Amino acid sequence: MSLASPMVQEPASVSEPDVAAKVAARSVNVYYGEKHALKDVSVDIPARAVTAFIGPSGCGKSTFLRCINRMNDTIPICRVTGDITIDAKDIYDPRLDVVLLRARVGMVFQKPNPFPKSIYENVAYGPRLHGMARNKTELDEIVVGSLKRASLFEEVKDRLNDQGTGLSGGQQQRLCIARAIAVSPEVILMDEPCSALDPIATAKIEELIDELRTNFTIVIVTHSMQQAARVSQRTAFFHLGSLVEEGSTEQIFTNPKDKRTQDYITGRFG
Amino acid sequence: MTDTSIAPPATGTRTFDYGSDEALARVKRRYQAEGRFKLYGLLAVLFAGAFVFVLLADIVRKGMPAFFEHRVVMTLDLDASLIDPTGRREVDALRNGDYNKIVMDAWRANFPEVTQRAERRRLEALVSSGAADDLRGAILRDPSLIGKKLRFPVLLSDDADLHFKGLSTGMSAVAGNGALDVQVNGREVTLIGSGQPFATILADVKAGLLRDADRANAELARLPASQQGGQNVALDAKRAELTARVADLKRRAGDAGGAEMIDFAAMPSRIVRAEGAFIQLREIGPASAKGFLLVAPQRAITRLDAWTVTTFATPESNRKASDADIAWLESLNARGVIEKAFATRFFTSGDSREPELAGIRGALIGSALTLLVTLIVCLPLGVGAAVYLEEFAPKNRLTDILEVNINNLAAVPSIVFGLLGLAMFLNFFGLPRSAPLVGGLVLALLVLPTIIIASRAALSAVPPSIKEAALGVGASHQQAIFHHVLPLAMPGIMTGTIIGMAHALGETAPLLMIGMVAFIVDIPQAVTDPGTVLPVQIYLWSDLPEIAFQAKTAGAILVLLAFLFIMNGAAILLRRRFERRW
Repeated sequence: MSLASPMVQEPASVSEPDVAAKVAARSVNVYYGEKHALKDVSVDIPARAVTAFIGPSGCGKSTFLRCINRMNDTIPICRVTGDITIDAKDIYDPRLDVVLLRARVGMVFQKPNPFPKSIYENVAYGPRLHGMARNKTELDEIVVGSLKRASLFEEVKDRLNDQGTGLSGGQQQRLCIARAIAVSPEVILMDEPCSALDPIATAKIEELIDELRTNFTIVIVTHSMQQAARVSQRTAFFHLGSLVEEGSTEQIFTNPKDKRTQDYITGRFG
Repeated sequence: MTDTSIAPPATGTRTFDYGSDEALARVKRRYQAEGRFKLYGLLAVLFAGAFVFVLLADIVRKGMPAFFEHRVVMTLDLDASLIDPTGRREVDALRNGDYNKIVMDAWRANFPEVTQRAERRRLEALVSSGAADDLRGAILRDPSLIGKKLRFPVLLSDDADLHFKGLSTGMSAVAGNGALDVQVNGREVTLIGSGQPFATILADVKAGLLRDADRANAELARLPASQQGGQNVALDAKRAELTARVADLKRRAGDAGGAEMIDFAAMPSRIVRAEGAFIQLREIGPASAKGFLLVAPQRAITRLDAWTVTTFATPESNRKASDADIAWLESLNARGVIEKAFATRFFTSGDSREPELAGIRGALIGSALTLLVTLIVCLPLGVGAAVYLEEFAPKNRLTDILEVNINNLAAVPSIVFGLLGLAMFLNFFGLPRSAPLVGGLVLALLVLPTIIIASRAALSAVPPSIKEAALGVGASHQQAIFHHVLPLAMPGIMTGTIIGMAHALGETAPLLMIGMVAFIVDIPQAVTDPGTVLPVQIYLWSDLPEIAFQAKTAGAILVLLAFLFIMNGAAILLRRRFERRW
């Protein structure tokens, strides 16, 4: 049932015609030492829509995702060239503060990684860090609001002081989403958010992603083509470090232009 | 069945019969090998366990006496004229009172028969020189005691204490048979029996003479053979002397009825006890014996019906407590005034040349101050270095060299750090010698590599996802480390630190170099005061000739081991309690 709901909304999606791109990448190359991991990728990511990156393992989709909030900076041997802009501002501008960038571009990781602290503290950490709440009441509002938007509040409202690591896998991942949205990001990057979850938890997350689309620009990397089809409006297919094809999800899955895309989505390789 | 397995397979893949005899034998060998390995492991554990048990049991057995002391409870006459002649009860005056005289007067009153100067000195030596200080302390705490009579435990000297701990001589008592007539002439006593009450003792003595003769014979046999012409006069004289001695001893041993003098250098002493009197036998015949009155009887005696003979197994000249000392102590013991008490002094006083007064307080405080300095220097420096190297430092040749050398430092012999401390802290910076400050700094050098290595291991064990999560919500690199990674690594860091500190607590060699090996009576009050530490105190005591210090050494080892166990236990507990799983 929950699998169906995003599908139902798919035709209704009006984000099809390109609105102003929220994130725009031009000729992005990434090198890990000698290895050329991402080759000349240019793509536009529309605002308030879900964009899915698909492709076989090692194709560079996660690498590209991590360029958008400059998480690759933490890898010493990683080198990025090209331009990535958010709202037409270059995020690799040396004057730009990477910490503030990461507050604007939230991230949800493959494996649920809540801090080994209470549920409340997990969500409150970001807002507290950025001084988003002037007092406890405001902080409470942010925490409760974030948990509600992550559809987790009803399940944890009586145990906000319990350890975040004590939740189930799906709940932990929703907690991580709540933590990400607590700092009011404009873009949320999700790196295979459901790969460690069972189908029911996956369905819940997918439902949540669909709800979040109204407020956030979401980029999701996934190995599951069904998932890409279910949750995204736009899809980009990566192969061997290159962006092969990008377009509306419907077009990619029904009428791919490239042979490789077709082979991949029909399951001929990957 | 075996036939089919041997037959070559038709297809390319070989078939294999896992039920064949050969395969079963292989399985059996595998189980045997595993069983043997398990057995070796078990044997090794048992062997090591037995060693640990023997070691601990030995230390406990030797160390327990250090925790007890013997005192004689006496009624002291706190004469105001001796303590406070002015009567103003001023602290300075009270401090200068003649407490030694009070104690000694009471002590000598126990044995009025002791009048000779040398004998009196021996008697007085049985009371510790610390007894007067104890009394002074009691009076200073409560000056209203002056002028009253006070029942007070007077500390005995180490030799007296050792006697009661069974470390002076073996003693065995047998009841004497038959009544004795006693003739007393001053301290000289003659005991005359109606039958032959001393026959068994005399036989015993004579058996001893025979043993002496055998020993002299053996010595004679060891002498080089006489040369022809007899040039070596000294050797010949020695041979003649020994031959004569053997003959004399054999003659005396054979003469069953002849009286014998006790040779206190070679024979066990024999003491006749009766009516509170201690009579040291000096000449024994079968029916009568002459002796010396060590302790006077409660009343004048002319005839003894019940008496015992106590044998002190070790000859008098081979032990520190003389027959008279033991007689006095046993006499007091019989009067019920000797008490055994827990020696709080061992924990509350500093080092002393008098074993019964020596304690480990100075060394304990010294150790505590030293470790405090070590911890204050080591923990921030070590953790800071670890965080920087693990999380911030660029990975290049320089940091690689640094890392290798930190590991090398951990393997440098500790004495080298002592020499470094001597050269740097004492000679270059001019810091005070023997001070816990310098000791702490030297130990910090020693422990720093351990803490850095342990901290780096703990930091790298924190999953990177935690750091990424923090970075993902917009924490800076430093915030991510200090808010999330470091707290998660803290149990590991603490474990490493405690183990490093335990290592520092047990370290001796580097401290010898910087002069913490001095004899220091005062308890250090600050890190710049001269002091010593527990392991060095153990080393110092183990070197001293007094037997009582052997127990002190083992006692101090027990205390050190207790602290080490507590620290390592705390490390394990921390690890168990705060260990997180992701």
